[in-house]
Amino acid sequence: MPGSLEQIAQLAVNGLVAGTVLAVPAIGFTAIYAVLRFPNFSVASHATIGAFAGYVVNTAWHWPAWAAVAAAFVVAGAAGVVNDRLVLRPLRPAGALTTAIGAVALTIVLENVVRFVFGNDLRGYDLPIRRDWQWGPLRIGPQQVENLVIAVVAMLAVFVFLAFTRTGKAMRAVADDTTLASLKGIDAERVARLTNFGGMGLAGVGGMLLGLDTSIDPLTGFRVILSVFAAAVVRGAIAGLAGAGVPHGGRLRRHPARADAAPARPPR
Amino acid sequence: MNGRTDVENYLVAMATFACLYALLALGLNLVWGLAGMINLGLVGFFAVGAYVSALATKRGGVPIALGIVAALAVAAVAGAVMALITARLRGDYLAIITLGFSEVVRLVASNEIWLTNGTDGISGIPGPWRGRVSPVAFNVIFLVLAALLVTVVLGVLERVRHSPYGRVLRAIRDDDQVAGVAGKHVLRFKVEAFALSAGVLGVAGALWGHYTSFIAPEVFVPLITIYVVLALTAGGTGNNWGAVLGAFLVVFFMEATRFATGWLPGLGPVQIAALRESLIGLSLLVILRVRPAGLLPERLPRVEPPPAGEAAR
Repeated sequence: MPGSLEQIAQLAVNGLVAGTVLAVPAIGFTAIYAVLRFPNFSVASHATIGAFAGYVVNTAWHWPAWAAVAAAFVVAGAAGVVNDRLVLRPLRPAGALTTAIGAVALTIVLENVVRFVFGNDLRGYDLPIRRDWQWGPLRIGPQQVENLVIAVVAMLAVFVFLAFTRTGKAMRAVADDTTLASLKGIDAERVARLTNFGGMGLAGVGGMLLGLDTSIDPLTGFRVILSVFAAAVVRGAIAGLAGAGVPHGGRLRRHPARADAAPARPPR
Repeated sequence: MNGRTDVENYLVAMATFACLYALLALGLNLVWGLAGMINLGLVGFFAVGAYVSALATKRGGVPIALGIVAALAVAAVAGAVMALITARLRGDYLAIITLGFSEVVRLVASNEIWLTNGTDGISGIPGPWRGRVSPVAFNVIFLVLAALLVTVVLGVLERVRHSPYGRVLRAIRDDDQVAGVAGKHVLRFKVEAFALSAGVLGVAGALWGHYTSFIAPEVFVPLITIYVVLALTAGGTGNNWGAVLGAFLVVFFMEATRFATGWLPGLGPVQIAALRESLIGLSLLVILRVRPAGLLPERLPRVEPPPAGEAAR
């Protein structure tokens, strides 16, 4: 039936856009996991923070969507660094699981800070109304295309950063083996800070991109966190998308989350 | 109604909820405190128990006691399956997967409308002697039942903790490779501990449904998991008495924030709710930071060393 074929094609297009957007916070989650070695559930609330930061500059100051995405990155990243320093870093010596529990508690707190300020209402970004583009039976919104482009640019930037810059290489070194990296004089502390900034920044971009498609509320981040984990765990797909861009990707592919994977000590 | 009975009814209701939280904290303590496996999706098992018992008693017409047993069985099976699936994964991945499980349960409950009535939830769940006695008497009866159940579960889990079985669980928690080398079937112990724990969580869910007479997907939010983790951490991970104490403290704390925030001027209901929830998260963070062992830290049962001659043999 041509009708259902067209439907499948349309779903494939939508799925491609949604999946690419989802990969952005997933890379953030993965990067933090690789360097700090605990599942940082507060990616959820930082996605929400990014979405609301973008919302404020977009609706109050009338920044265009792409500039608001940049603001989402910076605000969520900065929040990530501060929250890690104040809340999660002191818990790290107690182990990955305690830190993970702390991250869930942190997410609850941050979500409610957003809720306290903005309330529970759904909010939409201030975007120009544009007609969908039509290719035969396929429809695609200009905003979807813009999101796709932003997501791809963000991932390319991550790839270039990790593959070609000195700091990026240092980050991969810490992700691979913290002890060895520190022997080579890499400041693990600084790498951890940078990873938090970048990782949570990407989470913020992801939250904003998801919100551009629909609307945002304090639970925006939490709602997608499962898909983010799934994307992060099924890393083959992301690794393929971002090339070698995902730090630590090779390592986890070799022994994915196995109990016998060497538990290296995360930087303090 | 005069003020005094109002206060009494309120206290009875809160004590009942504290008992339900105590069951949840005891269930978590078995798997996390004793066996060292994290379960951040405990609200999922709680929900499974609640739905099983509600459906069995309301649609299936079975007695409430049987519904609770069914809740225990189904939740335990779900726990065993979860433990088998995640058997080879490291602890932090278990955290992700259990969190995922609870969300899956919530999504299934929201969308499988033929079974669960979707987001409208199930109302009119029967309670023991509800309708045949006055509401006040029902509340008191339920509190007694819940307290009895807490006592039974506490007794059983204390037996487990002091038994050689509990010692194996602690050994697995501290180092499962060493336990395996010592000849213990680590996987079997893990699966059993997870199943038993999930069963306790399921029973708590069943009681919740029979007590409040209404369940819906939005009841089973991750915040409940946080409440329970907070209760156990505050009380003392690994200590069953601590779990019960922590549950009562958390319910007391939640209610105290209700009154405290009520006096704050100029805040809307959403803001007050946000303030209370963030206080819960904040207090968990503070306890993790300043007193991670909890108010009643785990005390290992004393084991008499065998006489020297016997050890040498």
